[in-house]
Amino acid sequence: MAYDKFNVLKSTAVPLPIENVDTDQIIPARFLKATERKGFGDNLFRDWRYKADDTPKEDFVLNNPLYSGEILVGGKNFGSGSSREHAAWAVYDYGFRCVISSFFADIFRNNCLNIGVLPVQVSADFLNQIFEAIEKDPKAEFVVDLPAQKVTILSTGASESFEINDYKKDNMLNGFDDIDYLVNMADEIQDFAEARPF
Amino acid sequence: MGKTLFDKVWDAHVVRSIENGPDVLFIDRHLIHEVTSPVAFLNLRKRGNKVLHPERTFATADHNTPTKDQHLPVKDALSAKQLAALEQNAKDWNIRHWGLGHERNGIVHVIGPENGITLPGATIVCGDSHTSTHGAFGAIAFGIGTSEVEMVLTSQCIMQPKPKRMRINVEGELGFGVSPKDVALYIISKLTTSGATGYFVEYAGQAFRDMSMEGRMTVCNLSIEMGARGGMIQPDEKAFEYIKGKEFAPQGEDWDQAMEYWKSLHSDEDAVFDQEVTFDAADIEPMVTYGTNPGMGMGISKSIPTAEEAQSNAATFEKSLNYMNFSQGESVMGKQVDYVFLGSCTNGRIEDFRAFASVVKGRKKAPNVTAWLVPGSHGVERKIKEEGILDILKEAGFELREPGCSACLAMNDDKVPAGKLAVSTTNRNFEGRQGPGSRTILASPLVAAATAVSGVVTDPRTLLKEESVPVV
Repeated sequence: MAYDKFNVLKSTAVPLPIENVDTDQIIPARFLKATERKGFGDNLFRDWRYKADDTPKEDFVLNNPLYSGEILVGGKNFGSGSSREHAAWAVYDYGFRCVISSFFADIFRNNCLNIGVLPVQVSADFLNQIFEAIEKDPKAEFVVDLPAQKVTILSTGASESFEINDYKKDNMLNGFDDIDYLVNMADEIQDFAEARPF
Repeated sequence: MGKTLFDKVWDAHVVRSIENGPDVLFIDRHLIHEVTSPVAFLNLRKRGNKVLHPERTFATADHNTPTKDQHLPVKDALSAKQLAALEQNAKDWNIRHWGLGHERNGIVHVIGPENGITLPGATIVCGDSHTSTHGAFGAIAFGIGTSEVEMVLTSQCIMQPKPKRMRINVEGELGFGVSPKDVALYIISKLTTSGATGYFVEYAGQAFRDMSMEGRMTVCNLSIEMGARGGMIQPDEKAFEYIKGKEFAPQGEDWDQAMEYWKSLHSDEDAVFDQEVTFDAADIEPMVTYGTNPGMGMGISKSIPTAEEAQSNAATFEKSLNYMNFSQGESVMGKQVDYVFLGSCTNGRIEDFRAFASVVKGRKKAPNVTAWLVPGSHGVERKIKEEGILDILKEAGFELREPGCSACLAMNDDKVPAGKLAVSTTNRNFEGRQGPGSRTILASPLVAAATAVSGVVTDPRTLLKEESVPVV
């Protein structure tokens, strides 16, 4: 469904310097029982964020008041595992509009793009620079400029460009998703369907 | 230049190519289940759209279903609500629905092939990452998110950038006690969980040619665990034989026409892959995992490597071993195990139960082990009974549960308690995957069986005679 347009985002960031963060950590399976999209942000990183008795784990970054912002920065291979779009919903509903990593799992990346979270893939070196900037100053700000396809560390002035295909970029800038595009292709799809052997 | 198998099937389904954007890909067959479909139906209604081709979508209940007393109302209120939503949506939109208790009910990736829904040269999607399973038949099959489920319901298409192509060859014959699961875990341990991200994989070589369809499904199922969107194998006589006569497969003249097309589905000799890797079957032994992702696997006779040896980030590697309560340099073999789980879309098919039975026959379940044996479908359950496997299992002190995804992702009551160690024939050993705090060792049905009767992680080759192992 429609989401808020994404243009230029200036924000502090939340660091999660762990590799291979899988979607079972982002949202454990037992929270997938909803029949509507509601409340997923509360369970983002549930088992890293809360103890078994539901009290917060103070050493987890989301429970540390020093860190906040609309950008989540994760280690390499972020979002591996299950295809659950609930993981992207949890990230969005918690309040993140952008995830930065040096590598994303395919399905998670697609799911993010489909619901209005911008996945920004940077080099391993630049990712380290981002983590260092946050370590130095948890209030360090970053600019994610979608029109220019560029991410900048304001405290150092360092920047790097990132890739996104024109079609998805246009969607994100306008808050569109794919359904309208496909509905407009109805006749073309119907012709195609009739020619399929099975 | 020749085309790869993947290109042949993909290109035949492109309705439109968007410049510097994705392809609009036509989907032949769409599988849905209770967990990832409700919001798609909700949004479809909100937009005032309708299901374009209900005959191309098939619904089953599997992810959160109980594996005991399925004839009784589902106790968990949220699960019951999701199951009811699936049933209602299927009814409202005239979609075939094989719900709890239906004779065709089972795990979505088991019932697809069982009923001939899965076909060579088809595009198949489902809101589940293990949809890659269906690639065993030479289909392009992959998992999608809920937004994409809505796209397929609305337009029978999704929008996907075309992946790159990778071929993975495993040459030579598999050794005694080495099964398809071991081949897949071996490949993932070499490529890592992100080694094939951005690629669609074709598996080639004697090891895969020799495998049964069930074995090929196990391998393709695990493609996503190396990051690949999917994996596929050239369809051959074994594939055609498996499908023939199944209800949703082409019949009569349609079958002959389909066969003609299916026989053209192979990578041409001069086809070029973006990446190609080759392994020797002789290097593969029964595998176990020791960490918290499927890439952290090793031969059962080996010791847990150091972070450096494993070429992993030290902090992430250490976090993982701490979670498992394992140490670098130690062996996993001999560790006392609390739970053994046989089942899932990875290893819940009849051959997996045959393999398990071949080990436990004439032995007894170890008293310290709680064993959950969950067939992938009612079809599998019926064969287990018909072939006398149930008697062998019972004699050895095991019981058979009812079909579903069960402890693979622990959405139902089948949860491994915190701190307990499980040997599981499933696909993911992520933290808490089988229940909060649970610890998982991924392995083949043979390793699971040897462990279940020994009470500790056991190499099945020590319990088996060569001639007693069914060919898988």
